[in-house]
Parts: sequence; structure tokens; C-alpha cells
Amino acid sequence: MSMFGVLQALLFLLCITLLTKPVGLYLFAVYESEAPPLASTLGRLEQLLYRLCGVDPKQQQRWSSYAQSVLLFGLFGIIASFVILRLQQLLPLNPQHMQSVSSDLAFNTAVSFATNTNWQSYAGESTLSHLSQMAALGFHNFTSAAVGIGVALALARGLTRKPGPYGDHCVGNLWVDLIRSLVYVLVPLSLLGMLFFVSQGMVQSLSAPIAAHTLDGVPQLIPMGPVASQEVIKQLGTNGGGFFNVNSAHPFENPTPLTNFVALLLVFLLPAALTYTYGKMAGDTRQGWALFGAMLVLFVVGLIATTAAEQSPNPALAGFPIDHAAGNMEGKEVRFGVFGSALFATVTTAASCGAVNAMHDSFTPLGGLIPLVNIQLGEVIFGGVGSGLYGMLIFAVLAVFIAGLLVGRTPEYLGKKIEAKEMTLAMLYVLIFPLVVLGLSAWAATSSDGLSALGSAGPHGLTEILYAFSSAVGNNGSAFAGLSANAPFWNLTLGVAMLLGRYFMIIPVLALSGSMIGKKTVPKGPGTFPTGSLLFVGLLIGVIVILGALTFFPALSLGPLAEHFAAQYGKVY
Amino acid sequence: MLQQIALPALRVTAVTLFLTGLVYPLACVPIAQLLFPQRASGSLIFDDRGEVIGSALIGQRFASPHYFQGRPSAAGTDGYDASASSGSNFGPTSQRLQRRVQSDLTRLQADNPDQHQAIPVELLTASASGLDPHLSPHATLWQVPRVAKARGLSEDRVAALIAELQEGRDLGIFGEPRVNVLLLNVALDRRFGRLVAVGP
Repeated sequence: MSMFGVLQALLFLLCITLLTKPVGLYLFAVYESEAPPLASTLGRLEQLLYRLCGVDPKQQQRWSSYAQSVLLFGLFGIIASFVILRLQQLLPLNPQHMQSVSSDLAFNTAVSFATNTNWQSYAGESTLSHLSQMAALGFHNFTSAAVGIGVALALARGLTRKPGPYGDHCVGNLWVDLIRSLVYVLVPLSLLGMLFFVSQGMVQSLSAPIAAHTLDGVPQLIPMGPVASQEVIKQLGTNGGGFFNVNSAHPFENPTPLTNFVALLLVFLLPAALTYTYGKMAGDTRQGWALFGAMLVLFVVGLIATTAAEQSPNPALAGFPIDHAAGNMEGKEVRFGVFGSALFATVTTAASCGAVNAMHDSFTPLGGLIPLVNIQLGEVIFGGVGSGLYGMLIFAVLAVFIAGLLVGRTPEYLGKKIEAKEMTLAMLYVLIFPLVVLGLSAWAATSSDGLSALGSAGPHGLTEILYAFSSAVGNNGSAFAGLSANAPFWNLTLGVAMLLGRYFMIIPVLALSGSMIGKKTVPKGPGTFPTGSLLFVGLLIGVIVILGALTFFPALSLGPLAEHFAAQYGKVY
Repeated sequence: MLQQIALPALRVTAVTLFLTGLVYPLACVPIAQLLFPQRASGSLIFDDRGEVIGSALIGQRFASPHYFQGRPSAAGTDGYDASASSGSNFGPTSQRLQRRVQSDLTRLQADNPDQHQAIPVELLTASASGLDPHLSPHATLWQVPRVAKARGLSEDRVAALIAELQEGRDLGIFGEPRVNVLLLNVALDRRFGRLVAVGP
């Protein structure tokens, strides 16, 4: 890593660490206090929205109602987006006269955004009207992040609440959590971020594309759109769905290295801060810092590995008279260079963001392996907004259980006993992911519909398939984009994969919360496993890595690892 | 039971769709246009007659020897098609990548007969967007002999212009030093006179 790479990395880690406590405290005040801060200004908007939505903010939900609310809200949102995409040719704000989006693509895109995946089978500038971008896509950027926060809070409440004022079995109110997220966090921060992004050159306009006559005499059609407003929430909500086909590699979507850096801070901001919020809810901030520590370690290891891999030249180009000093620059932008691209790739896959500023498909085999592994570890290295925290908490429950087995004691987390029912739910959460990824990958790898979309031959082709389904089920959304995914087979299978990866993992999480919330806490004793300690951080990392490695190593060895060794011998396909 | 949830779910969907899908992005447009009119509208560059040449942020295709050329582009069929941004997405062990590099290399060597140094890798690798407006200073300097000869200028004068237009790291830390190819070519024309394109 060059000196400037190290400097940028340290600065990034420093910013995230310093922001975690204040933002975490603010979030705690927003969600867990009777009257959130700024009640005199934003509070009025909050109350207005409750009235418009017919929501009683004092009402609390049990886990099952909370889950039903999540599912129904998801369903309505998917239908709304699907209809807008199908009818965009009849709706306003369509200066490019975009036609109706095909039904399989509309299904894929609506699901993709509702599930916070933001997989791109669409190419924004040639498919979507301005209205579709704003209403069918941008709307989900806000609400899917808010739902994620809600589910994480519900689980945290289940683990931390003592039988209290709301009765024993309530985990919160989805509508309150969602509206507060929008009013106090997502919308205000997006407005601020939008101003910064536009000041750096990001477009925010409703005009039609602009026809240019270029200096060397070639016509060029320059697309316009409400990019900046969408871009902030794309990052802040760990959504990642691009306005343009190439996402954050597009100069209008990520014009400078500074916007690149700020965008990445926005990606980690809420997932990191939520660990602190969790610690506050647990009444012991070390509980939150332990999760943060495990995330940070896994992130730093991935960042170093990706950067090192991308800095090395591509062996396939070894025989040519080329100066490789800049590293593996295929699919990368000059303004970001190898480090800015490796940092982005690591962040976007560690968090389940999925925006890209470089083409992961063109990364070296090992450089592309790390983003894939980040996703396959379960999107818990900071992870998605909310989903990172609830995923990490499931792993924490597993780690506590394993620790309990080791010493032969009934495991407990935050003083509540972990029993057979909770372990069943946690295992359900952990197993759905590989089951869907590997099952669908196997199907695609053996069917002609699946194989005809591949952009690469050899082991790289398998990696494209594996990456697509990992990204979909992990609700990440980045891709090895050589895969031509805009075909009915892929739009439908990936759509189903995204639905399973979101809702079939949220249900066990909420059920676990419901099962924990009624439990009495037992006082701490000398045999209590300290879950706020360094020992626990180590154990947690071990559980995550071992579980991920055992599950996916065989598949990875046939894909990126095989390709790495083939590449070392100069083999091309 | 379900009705108790379905009704608020429907109303919350409608209200949040209106607020975050319409009010917020539409409100951002006049704010952005008022504060940063030029940037919010695409950082456009105009020629002396007021016609749009392009955007300072979007790379263009240059074929004439008296212009600096950007990176290979996979956007659209001919490259630098701003309505079809795309990378090549060639994998590291792709035979097509090897073939493309070979053919670009032959062309670059033929176009730059006076340059014998190894070719900077950016000039042979397609960018992520296909619209990368930049080159590293190194990759720009590599083309100086050709451009200077085509314009009948000394190499020093061309190199001096590059040094003038070179952008450093943002705040001295972020990103990489770079040269905007379109702005460089515009500056060449303004300073040394516009040559008539001699065709591809």
C-alpha cells in the first residue's frame, strides 16, 4: 500500500471510530427516548406524519405484528414500484420518453430496491424515467433502510429490555421506528449530503439529455437527472442502486476523490453508530464496542488484502511492454486509482451497500475474492443499515452458545438464557443464506438459461454466478457485471433470492426477539461469559470466519482460487 | 388482526412514497440549481459560439493526433457514449482482454513512433465508467512527442501546459494526481490555435 493509501485508510478508520459514539448517542435519543431531540422542529413533522398515516405512536407491537407490518409494507412498496416502472411511459418527468419496463425487469428492480439489495439488472440512463428513479427507486432507498433499522432495534429491545412499562412481550412499533428514521435521520442527512455532492459536480436537474458536439467532432448525448438527491441516500441507506449503469464509477455520480471518501463514510456511518446505540440500550457500552471491534478487525484484513491484490499487475498482460506502476487498472477510474477503488470495494461489500466505483468483474482473482467473501460472511462487517447489527447479534448469540458448550454451562447473553428455541432460530437465520446461494448457483451453473448469460469462460464464469446469488441473498447488490442479468431467468431467480435473503432472515430475527423479550435476567456471576471483552471479540470473529469458510470454501476453491492459480501460469480462457 | 396492520401499512406506503419519492428529490432540484447552477447542470463547457462541447466531467473520444487521447472505453460501440456508460467487465483471465490490449498496443506504437518507453497501463485498460475524463500525468506526458509534432510545437511547451493543468490529490490526500484530457485539449486549442481535424 502506498503512503497515501495508508494515510487515506487511517483517516477513514479514524473518522468512522470518532463518529460512532456521537451518532450512536443521537440515534439512541431518537428511538429510545419518549421525546426525541429537536422535538420543536422535526417533532411537528413527526406528529403530522403519524396523523396522516393513522398511526398511534403509543401503541406497541409484539414480534408477530412487527413482522407482519414489515412484510405488508414490503409487499405494498414492491407493488407501487412495479406499477410505476410498468407505466412510466404514461407518467410525467420522462423527458427521454422511456418505454415501459419489461415485467421481469420491473419485478426484479422493485424487489431489488424494497429489499435494500439494489441489484442492477437495469441500466438507469437507458431504461428509467426521472420519475421512476425518484419514486420507484429513491423511495425504497429511504424506507428499506428505515425498516432495517427498525428490525435491528426490535432485536436489540428483545435482548436488552427488562419486563417493563409496555408489557413483557412488545418489541416496539415499526411505524414509529420507520417515521422517526425518516424525520430525524435519513431525510435531514440526505439534504445536507446532497448540497455537498452538488458542490463537487454531481448533477441535480430534471432536464432532458444535452446534445454536445465534441472537440474532435463526435456527437455526444450527456444524460441529466436528479442524481445527487438519490446518491446520498443510496450510500447513507446502504442501498447502492446506481442512477447510472456504472453506479459510483460514473463521473456524474461520484465526480471527485472527495465525494468518494464522503460517500464511503456515509455507508459506514449508521451501521457503525448502531453498535453504540445497541450498547446504550444494553446499559453497557462495551457490549456495543465489542461488536464494533469485531467488525473493524474483519474490515481491515479485507481492505489490506484487496489493496495488495489490485496493486499487482495482471499476469495475463505480463508479456507486453507495459508500465504497470498504476496496478490493475482495467475497470478502474484514474481519479480513484487502485486504493480508492479497493477501499470502495471493501466497504461496499462489508456493508451491504453494493454501490461500485470500479468493476469488480475485472479485479484480479484474489482482489475479487475478498468482496465476495465479505458478502458471504453474512453482511455483518458493519453490514447494511440495521441488517448489519441484527446479523451480528445473531452471530453473537451463536458465539455465546459455543462458549457455553466449551465450559459446560447454560449460555446466557446480557443475562438472558439462550435455549433450544433461540438456537433453532439463530441456525435458521444462518442456514437460509448458503442454502439459497448454493442451491440457485448450482441450478444456474447447470442450466442453459443460466450459462448463456455468462461474460467469462473458465473458473471466472462460476465466480460470476456465485457472486450474483451471494449478492442477491446477502442483499448487497454489487455484481460481477459481465453477467448479462437482464434476462427472464436471471431477473426471476435473483428476485426470489433477494426476497428470501431479506424476509426469510428478518422473520427468525424478530421471532428470536419475541422469544427473548419475556425472559427474566439472571444476575451476573463469576461464571458469566463477559460479552463486552476482547476475548469475546476474538470468539465472535472466529465463529463468523469458521462458519463462512466451512460453508463456502468448496465453491470458492472452484471459482476465484482456481482462477488465481491458473492466472499465475498465464492461462487465459 | 391483519386489517389492523394492512390499513396503516397502506397509508404509510402512500405517505412515505410521496415524501421521499417526490417531495424530497423535487425540492432538491431548485436548491441545487440556485446554489450551484453550473455544477448541478452538468459542468458543461461551451465553445466561442455558445455551443456545448461537452461536460468537464465526462470523457470524450479523441482520434486526431494533435489531441491527447483518453483511455480505452467500453461505453457504447465506439466508446465514450455518455448515454451507455459501461466497463469492459473482462475478467483477469479473459482472452478478449488480452486481444484488446494487443490491438490497442499495436495502434499506440504506430501512432507514437517517437516514444520508446513502456506504455503506461492506463492507456491500455478500459475505465470502469467508459467515461473516465482523466489520465495520470505520466500517461499524458507519454503522448507529448506525438502531440507536439502534430502541432509543430516544442515538446517543452506542451509539457509545460500539462504541468499547468495537472490536478493534485484532493486536499493533498485523497485520490490520485490527474489531468483532465478534455480540458487539456481545449487549452491546447485556445493557446496554440485550433487545427482542423484530419480524420481518424
